[in-house]
Amino acid sequence: MSEALHAEWTKLRTLPATWWLLLGVVAATVIIGATVSASVSCTPAAACHADVTKLSLTGTYLGQAAIAIVAVLAVSGEYATGMIATTLAAMPRRTTVLAAKAGVVTAVTLAAGLPAVLGSVLAGRLILPGHGYASANGYPALSLASGTVLRAAAGTVLYLALIALLSLGVATAIRDSAVAIGAVLGLLYLFPILAQVAGNPGVARQLQQIGPMTAGLQIQASTGLRSLPIGPWAGLGVAAAWAAAALAAGALALCRRDA
Amino acid sequence: MTATVTPQRSGAVSDGNDSFGSLLHAEWTKFRTVRGWVIAMVVAAALTAAVGLYAASGPQTGCQPVGRRGPIGPPAPCKPSNPVGPDGEAVSDSYYFVHRALRGNGGITVRVTSLTGRTSPAGGGIAPGPNPEQNFTRGIQPWAKAGILVTASTRPGSAYAAVMVTGAHGVRMQYDYTGDTPGLPGAVSAASPRWLRLVRSGDTLTGYDSADGAHWTQVGTVSLAGLPATVQAGPFVTSPAWVRASNSGPTVATAVFDRLSVPAAPPSDGWRGAAIGTGPQGSSLPGRFHAAGGAFTVTGSGDIAPAGPGPTNIGEPADDGFVGAFAGLIVVIVVGAMFITAEFRRGLIRTTFAAAPGRGRVLAAKAAVVGSVTFVAGLIGAAPVIPVGASLLRGHGNYVFPMSALTEVRLVAGIAALLAVSAVLALAAGTILRHAAGAITAVVALTVVVYFFSVPLAVLPAGAADWLLRVTPAAGFAIQQYVPAYPQVNNAYTPQHGYYPLAPWAGFGVLCLWTALALWLAAALLRRRDA
Repeated sequence: MSEALHAEWTKLRTLPATWWLLLGVVAATVIIGATVSASVSCTPAAACHADVTKLSLTGTYLGQAAIAIVAVLAVSGEYATGMIATTLAAMPRRTTVLAAKAGVVTAVTLAAGLPAVLGSVLAGRLILPGHGYASANGYPALSLASGTVLRAAAGTVLYLALIALLSLGVATAIRDSAVAIGAVLGLLYLFPILAQVAGNPGVARQLQQIGPMTAGLQIQASTGLRSLPIGPWAGLGVAAAWAAAALAAGALALCRRDA
Repeated sequence: MTATVTPQRSGAVSDGNDSFGSLLHAEWTKFRTVRGWVIAMVVAAALTAAVGLYAASGPQTGCQPVGRRGPIGPPAPCKPSNPVGPDGEAVSDSYYFVHRALRGNGGITVRVTSLTGRTSPAGGGIAPGPNPEQNFTRGIQPWAKAGILVTASTRPGSAYAAVMVTGAHGVRMQYDYTGDTPGLPGAVSAASPRWLRLVRSGDTLTGYDSADGAHWTQVGTVSLAGLPATVQAGPFVTSPAWVRASNSGPTVATAVFDRLSVPAAPPSDGWRGAAIGTGPQGSSLPGRFHAAGGAFTVTGSGDIAPAGPGPTNIGEPADDGFVGAFAGLIVVIVVGAMFITAEFRRGLIRTTFAAAPGRGRVLAAKAAVVGSVTFVAGLIGAAPVIPVGASLLRGHGNYVFPMSALTEVRLVAGIAALLAVSAVLALAAGTILRHAAGAITAVVALTVVVYFFSVPLAVLPAGAADWLLRVTPAAGFAIQQYVPAYPQVNNAYTPQHGYYPLAPWAGFGVLCLWTALALWLAAALLRRRDA
């Protein structure tokens, strides 16, 4: 297994695109988070009831798209170049190959997700007090010492890893990078758009409960927990279920098919 | 639409090898012989239709009571909440009217000496019991209206013309719900009253205003075709619900009229006060009037204006069904990008360029083929959504805003064009990046994800969201809007309610501009780079 991990790590790290995309994850997440943090305002006159923890992590909504590309290319890239035949000749146990890929992709996602999330929280901590979200108005500065902020931050990093695994599974099942990335982006972004337009609040709520992104990112909520469509950890569980199902489908396809 | 492709094919055979027709023929052959792409186009059409109809199929809000965890109880049947105006559009038509018959030609003149208002408190509203306004606070709605009105009948939705003072927009002449012309600026008070005059001559109504009753200025004139010989005329007051972030709710306005002069009439034509129409539940209150010493004190609530989806108006924009286009959009973006990246990957591009050295022309042929095929798929997918979706919505007791057949055609063709141009944008992005996953993510990010950030996510401040929907390719989604926004109506004109910052064709133009620039860059790179 360690040899398989080493092989996958070599393949992933020697692609320049991987590093550009991971840099893009950090940049997109922090820049959007800082921009949104800088755009809110809370004055004593106007009521301010923003969920600042969640706001500071808004960049996740875009950063995850770059994570998805990294994970999709880790598999589909091999099918595009025919490298997959060599990989499977060297390591005939296909589940081991998939497990090694999952391990390596998860590791780089955690490595990129951690600075992205910490940078976003830090930007929120520095920017938000200047926009009225200060201790004077009942908003202590964002700090990882707070259990809720820690849950949101750690949960977001885990969420990114789950999206990477979901994308890896989808790509393994589909093989073609174009179709796989289209499928992943559709899975992520269509649920909230559908929920927005579904006139019936019950239907909208159900859509938010089953969508991998709408459910998974409830982990970022720090206020109004009672009115969430699904609880923070249960939501992350839904994202994990999607990732597990995608990986299972990928593993099944990989073991049954010719490469 | 297959007809547009077929002649090109037959033309291709008869023309020489170098003609654009033969290029189109070659690209069409490549497209139709890849089974996955043909299936994808069928899927795009099916998703556009199926997701759109799904959005319309559930028992919708309508007049169903809604709790925090979803709907409570069975949906209540919802009466159509908006009268239909003279041009077939949905209108609000509720006001307090002190009226009498006006036979033939003639003028009506009045002086307004006061216009004050009261508004429902933040988070509160109409109090139960005999005094529904007991919690209201002082404050005039900027579009509260008090003046004189001539209408064909007191039935809501009738043709009318009126000249009025408003809460904060000076004197206006308004007619047939959508017409609005400004007159004297400034607020009305006992020290600075406003004189208003409305003169009928045949079908023509002319409004005048004056600060002193001696020097008159014409505000506007309008022709109301088919106005009956006897019309209803007199003072009116109305005050629309206030739509603000901090406080949305009904308002009332009270105006004092005196020096009322009308043509002589038989005594049977005395002044009668009546509350005309009732707005959607919770947006207006009944009015009243009181005559003393030649002065009328009139209180009214509601609005005489075009109606549209918004916080104070229930009803579904029928175009909500086009949510399915988002699902179709991702599919056609994938196909558009693959149409060129697959050639790069398999090396087919070298054969293509060996056969047709004009690289820009190859790109043009690819754009024409993928654009036409997507347009046809989009038409097939979008065509059933509005008629079937609207009848599903109505079947569940919802009110759906009316639209003309021409608007319906524009919406269906617009959605098909949106899909087609997006597919061509993806083709250009694929040519520039030569990499499918990158091109697809870029185009999806610029369209679907920008829309997601601006509308459903709703964390961006309104200005930033508007800006994104003006300058990015996501501006093209404006093609879905069909209820216009009016400056003289206080409403939440946000994308959440189906209003976009750019006009439908202007927004689509922004998408086309992006696509043209991307195609130009793609052609330039295609010529410079090795294949």
